[in-house]
Amino acid sequence: MIKKKRMTITRKLWIGIGILVLVSPLGLIIPALFGAGGAWGEWGLEEIEKLVGYVPAGMKKVSDTWKAPLPNYTVPGQSRGIVGESLGYIMTAVIGVMLTAGAAYLIARILSQKNRK
Amino acid sequence: MHIPDGYLGPTTYGAMFGVMIPIWAVASRKLNKSLKAKQAPYLALGAAFSFLIMMFNIPAIGKTTGHATGATLIAVFIGPWASVIAVSVALAMQFLIFKDGGVTTFGANCFNIAFIGAFAGYGIYRLIAGHSSPLSRRRWIAGAVAAYVSLNISALLTAIQLGIQPLIAKTADGKPMFSPFPLSVTVPVMAFEHLLIFGLVEATVTALVIKYFQKNDPAMLGQPEGKGTK
Repeated sequence: MIKKKRMTITRKLWIGIGILVLVSPLGLIIPALFGAGGAWGEWGLEEIEKLVGYVPAGMKKVSDTWKAPLPNYTVPGQSRGIVGESLGYIMTAVIGVMLTAGAAYLIARILSQKNRK
Repeated sequence: MHIPDGYLGPTTYGAMFGVMIPIWAVASRKLNKSLKAKQAPYLALGAAFSFLIMMFNIPAIGKTTGHATGATLIAVFIGPWASVIAVSVALAMQFLIFKDGGVTTFGANCFNIAFIGAFAGYGIYRLIAGHSSPLSRRRWIAGAVAAYVSLNISALLTAIQLGIQPLIAKTADGKPMFSPFPLSVTVPVMAFEHLLIFGLVEATVTALVIKYFQKNDPAMLGQPEGKGTK
């Protein structure tokens, strides 16, 4: 009985996550309506140069330490315009949710190994 | 609030890893003792939620954006230690796959967003919620206040870490090596955005989700110590 109820809660919550994935392009479209870009203090090197007139020396060296496969929540080959960008955003949301949930689940399973019951 | 690579010098990001590594270690030990296998899906859900909610960018003043993090909300449901791990996993994926945040700044970002969001948030929530019924109005108000205050603490700490960079490291010609903006810029800008906009967004999301559970699955709010992850 209790077990069955738990399953329905997680299933409901996963449906909630699914809905959030589908409406995630709002996080792209609404800022675009206001002409807003990224977060304050998270600019790339070109934007920094525009803002202060130069690229700080240390920043230049460290900024590309890591090459991410899908930078800025875009997928390769996504088409321009609101539809293409929204689809790309949804795809990155799906990939991100799967990897994040998968990794967290794995960590939780490893940590809970002692407490099987 | 995700500090990218290159914004913090090695002293700062090293110190932040120095603070964060023991926190992860303690979190793992705590969860190792108390986390039950059947709770794993909730940690996964928390991490997924945190990842997703951070994709909902909201425009702010000066053509910038921000978002809620969910760290306090997740702590309310699965406890602060589990929340630190869940949000850290989300932050890791954000920089590994999407270049949102950074490798060198991972410790700082996890401290500012995951640790502060979970622990400052959870502490304030418990303080206000007290021994109130899980179904009481006091619970979601507690969640909203906790989310608002903790996000602003996170923002202030981020602003301080960015703002001290010009003081710590300069090139021979006196220019900042890393993040070039002084405290007198970073603190007011971050405070303004988070006090007026993003804090309210975080508070609203937290309150709404708590209300949802009060209505549909109040058992999730039942155990005061956060599902045995104490």
